Amino acid sequence: MTWQSLTDWWWPYLFILLAGWLPTDMWRFIGVFIGGRVREDSQALVAVRAVATALVAGVIAQLILYPSGVLADSPVILRVGAAAAGFLAYVTLGRRVIISVIVGEIVLLAGLQLTS
Amino acid sequence: MADSGTPTHQDEYPRTRASWFFSGVWLITSIPALILITAHVGFAGFASESGVSLLQATFMVAAIWALPANIVLIGAIAGGYSLVGAGIAVGLSSIRLMPMVAAFVPELRGPKTRKITLLLLSHFIAVTAWVIGMERLQHVPRDMRTAYFAGLGITLTLTNTLVVAIVYFLSADFPPMVFAALFFLTPMYFLTSLWGSARDKSIHVAMVSGLLLFPLIHWIAPAYDLLLTGVAGGAVTMVYVHLVNRSRAS
Repeated sequence: MTWQSLTDWWWPYLFILLAGWLPTDMWRFIGVFIGGRVREDSQALVAVRAVATALVAGVIAQLILYPSGVLADSPVILRVGAAAAGFLAYVTLGRRVIISVIVGEIVLLAGLQLTS
Repeated sequence: MADSGTPTHQDEYPRTRASWFFSGVWLITSIPALILITAHVGFAGFASESGVSLLQATFMVAAIWALPANIVLIGAIAGGYSLVGAGIAVGLSSIRLMPMVAAFVPELRGPKTRKITLLLLSHFIAVTAWVIGMERLQHVPRDMRTAYFAGLGITLTLTNTLVVAIVYFLSADFPPMVFAALFFLTPMYFLTSLWGSARDKSIHVAMVSGLLLFPLIHWIAPAYDLLLTGVAGGAVTMVYVHLVNRSRAS
């Protein structure tokens, strides 16, 4: 059974539910049951939080190192440099997230202008 | 205790659940919410290029509510995957939600929160809502947290579903430079907001190990890179926590 197996109007929606919604919300529901068992002050919660944080950091690294779309055409060193500049600005200029975003974007766009 | 009945400042102005709900709704105007909207502008363009219809793309966003899973699903559809094959690919990209939700639930639940409420609300947990929630829920009274997060999560999902429909309908086209800038907003924002939301050093250790381990693990095992990064980064962090506790004890 593929996306094009049936021509009925409802088939793509059933396909999205079975191949998209189910394998996604399934993990969320399992997460609720695991989260319901860990105590607020336990080592287990520290561990779960550490795994989740490292995972989200992995998502960030993925978006910077292996982006999709037009950003994939830019040099990797430029993206890493822009992210590093943004982060440095965050740490040194009063820990404002918006400043890091502005500085990161300025470095990225300036680099894109120069390399294109 | 004569003083025990004296209302504290908070008791004087008790806020209702509805009031906290709308505080959550109002977060749609926050910077992370706006950044997520720009990411969905990009997704609408991707969906229309890939031959998925407006209504199908809109349905995907609301039903799945995880951008990477949506992108994987569209890729699987375009690649002619079977239902099972597409489901496995999406499932692999969504495993990351399990530890994220497990870490989020202890923040979210109040003393009387029912499991069904948590199950329903868990649908709205994706990276952006997770980062916002981990940062803000600690400042919300325990029994109001589900109302607050419901306001935030439902509004984020509905707004972005609408954004995808509208952008797809207008088939808005931007110069590539604009798209490049839009795509870069998300990682840049996550990088600093996650760093800033950390309550102790262990979160920083977890972040740095995740960032550094990811390219190595991606090179070794690209199919499981995110999951393994979570486990390995988590292990490094627990070693750090263990060493700190031991040096404190001695």
